[in-house]
Amino acid sequence: MASLKALKIRIGSVKSTQKITKAMKMVAAAKLRRAQEAAEAGRPYAERLEAVVASLASRANIAEGSSPLLAGTGKDQVHLFVVATSDRGLAGAFNTNIARLARRRADELIRQGKTVRFYTIGRKGRAVLNRQYRELMLHGIEPGDLGKLTFADARGYADDLIARYLAGEFDKAHLFYSHFKSVLTQEPTEQQILPVKIPAPSAAATNAGGAVVEYEPDEESILADLLPRNVAIQIFKAMRENAASEQGSKMTAMDNATRNAGDLIKRLNIEYNRQRQAAITTELVEIISGAEAL
Amino acid sequence: MALHFELVTPERLLRSDEVYMVVVPGTEGDFGVLEGHAPFMSTIRDGALSIYASANAQPETIAIEGGFAEVSATGLTVLAERAG
Repeated sequence: MASLKALKIRIGSVKSTQKITKAMKMVAAAKLRRAQEAAEAGRPYAERLEAVVASLASRANIAEGSSPLLAGTGKDQVHLFVVATSDRGLAGAFNTNIARLARRRADELIRQGKTVRFYTIGRKGRAVLNRQYRELMLHGIEPGDLGKLTFADARGYADDLIARYLAGEFDKAHLFYSHFKSVLTQEPTEQQILPVKIPAPSAAATNAGGAVVEYEPDEESILADLLPRNVAIQIFKAMRENAASEQGSKMTAMDNATRNAGDLIKRLNIEYNRQRQAAITTELVEIISGAEAL
Repeated sequence: MALHFELVTPERLLRSDEVYMVVVPGTEGDFGVLEGHAPFMSTIRDGALSIYASANAQPETIAIEGGFAEVSATGLTVLAERAG
């Protein structure tokens, strides 16, 4: 059984841990609001661009000379997993969930005889995947604070990805990130970013609205201009969603930690009081029996 | 009797207004969009967007960079990589 002094020290240390987790929760809550606004503000652009690219892509005829960004490399062998996580831990299951989804999908593809390579954005995802797929790592980026990421950064990642794609390093790229649904739910999501996913013709037809659209310059040039941009935007959107999800997840995790610390302190206090009382009782018994002996 | 105009950047929805006319710097030349314009899509060059709130108002200009403009039945949407 721990001594009185040891218990007292223990209570003190749990209390200071609780102070830290409480502060982290506050910080996450403040950052969450900003990240959430940013993620929501970025959605219209990404959605609109995606719709336009999809409707253009479904109409453009894919021929020999078409851009590989649209037509694919003609193979389906090497899959690149772009796993976007965060550089920081202590955010509950945020990083683990994204990595777990990526791992599950990777194992599926490997079983089908495909080659999987990893391209990580974020230190935490890399750490998890490194354990299992060390020899499959292609490249890793550490973006730092997700909330401060600008579109130019995303553009840089996209340019790098596209250059690797055109050099034939992989045939398909999938992006893994966490979709921010609400503070309590963040959903790990997979999205194919290269080549562009062409929707079923029926969906594209409703997009066009039946009207004849005029293009300037022509459809192919617009598409050539939009495709690389679309990759950058999708990555940017994923980073924004991740930033919000990370803070949401962190806030929940820290809230739980604070509550757990509270419970622990309560239990330790009871234990402490019980022992103190036991010590007093023993002392009294000693004094009384000493007095009786006289 | 107005054109619905939206200017969107990756960061946020910058403008969503009813205006009279917008002149967009297209890759192959500037073009003005009024209400009821035929469906049209064009890439844009770096330049200035002129927004006319009413027929004889002074235009408000916004510098934009990279992107494209889409005119559909619902109005004009300019997706610019950077604006302002």
